[in-house]
Amino acid sequence: MESINYQNFRIDAENICVDYNGKVALYDANLKLKPGQICGLVGMNGAGKTTFFNALTGFVNISKGKIRINGESVRSAQKDQTIAYVPQNEGIDSQFPISVWDVVMMGRYGSMNIFRCPRESDVQAVKDAIERVDLTDHLTTPIGNLSGGQRKRTFLARAIAQRASILLLDEPFSGVDIRTEKLISELFIQFKNEGKTILLSTHDMIHVREFCDLVLLINKTVVAYGETSEVFTPENITTTFGGISPDFLFGPES
Amino acid sequence: MELCSFLTLDSFITDPLTHDFMRKALLMSSLVAAVCGFLSSFLTLKGWALMGDAVSHSVMPGVVVAYALGLPFSLGAFIFGVGSVALIGFIKQKSRVKEDTVIGLVFTGFFALGIVLVSKIKSNIDLHSILFGSPLGISLSDVKQTIFISLLVVILLSIFRKDLMLYCFDPRHAKTVGINVFFLHYLLLTCLSLAAVVGLQSVGIILVVAMLITPGATAYLLTDKFDNMTVISVLSAIISSLIGIYVSFWFDLETGGSIVLAQTFIFLFAFLFAPRYGIFKLKKLFTGYK
Repeated sequence: MESINYQNFRIDAENICVDYNGKVALYDANLKLKPGQICGLVGMNGAGKTTFFNALTGFVNISKGKIRINGESVRSAQKDQTIAYVPQNEGIDSQFPISVWDVVMMGRYGSMNIFRCPRESDVQAVKDAIERVDLTDHLTTPIGNLSGGQRKRTFLARAIAQRASILLLDEPFSGVDIRTEKLISELFIQFKNEGKTILLSTHDMIHVREFCDLVLLINKTVVAYGETSEVFTPENITTTFGGISPDFLFGPES
Repeated sequence: MELCSFLTLDSFITDPLTHDFMRKALLMSSLVAAVCGFLSSFLTLKGWALMGDAVSHSVMPGVVVAYALGLPFSLGAFIFGVGSVALIGFIKQKSRVKEDTVIGLVFTGFFALGIVLVSKIKSNIDLHSILFGSPLGISLSDVKQTIFISLLVVILLSIFRKDLMLYCFDPRHAKTVGINVFFLHYLLLTCLSLAAVVGLQSVGIILVVAMLITPGATAYLLTDKFDNMTVISVLSAIISSLIGIYVSFWFDLETGGSIVLAQTFIFLFAFLFAPRYGIFKLKKLFTGYK
């Protein structure tokens, strides 16, 4: 009975806790996401958003609780290339001597042999992914020469090339140009139709209303979780942001 | 050496080659430089310069103990090199002292232990050659060991080149797609310890960190491609070794210091005149450069 339940969820995190050397970063957090769902992860800096991502990718170990990805452990999700992580622009060394092509090819590493020799299918996957993010003119461009938006698209292409069914995006809309923002929103709709599950962290409240079916408000633990229309209320947001008025966060139009 | 003997460039280059010890020194130093240069591109991108300094100094007591016990010096160096990093990690985690402070105090502690051991253990260890290198007086057993370690490091780095590049660039992604980041971390550390051991024969323990960071830094200023960076790093390291040894031969200078100075001058040249990243960009002079 329970195993059938697990199958329904792409991500099933139950009561997870993460601490760094005794300092609690996240406690008793729950999240259940199905295929085709887009969920916004909203919270202050230091509220545990990145920690949540790290727990789901297995980059940090959880001290309590349970994470099931497609009903299986995080480790087997890693082996199956199930999860792709798209870092925020500040999280990567933009001066690293590496081209767009090489970054996107890294999305294929996990399914290559030990020498990471690209097969014909890998080359094709990388080409297609780069085309989908509209960077075909920049195949050999070093990432240091790209704009913030182009760099964001490069890492999105890496996630596409990986053919992951779960995408974790850290601040996908921060520091990008209008064109990239439009392209990312179009991709989100395509991903949703392809049945991918998306979890994205954002500071921008407008984007949550625009894209997210569900929203997870966190402040070291889950403040509120559910359908955006029900949960994304001024009261909950105020609680999440430690008493800051939602008027200030939303801007004048709401 | 008398100055009149290198009136021509030809004799400047060929005269030293008539000496057996010079041929050996040139070959071995080039090999060591190539290994350190290869590793250097990873270390500079990973931001492990200080770690390189720490490991290379920490191998000192290992080398001394191994010599005293008649074991291969690489074994002792390896144990103390990796041990120092483990200790740094442990102290950092268990105390509130900042990481750079911990690194500084651990490696100087190990280094001091090495110096004290040399003075205590009665053997034919030459402190001067450990501290400043002795490429001209390298023994046959050292030659064999150096070749073996060098090949080992080159093979490991070649096999895991792409994984290590990914580890340096984006370890989080590596972990997410099931690549063993823990293994790569210790692989890089192992290579670092081994390279420090072979490097110290050329330029000595005090300067070996230069072999591990300067060529990579030079190459980083000259290219935007990782593969090119590795090639440039290796080439600049080899050229520096050759220049250093020749100069030290003709002008009777300390060899290790000369090699490192040559590396420093090549870096300065890149710093000033690199086509894209130099202070005076020579982009226009390089017609082929996009």
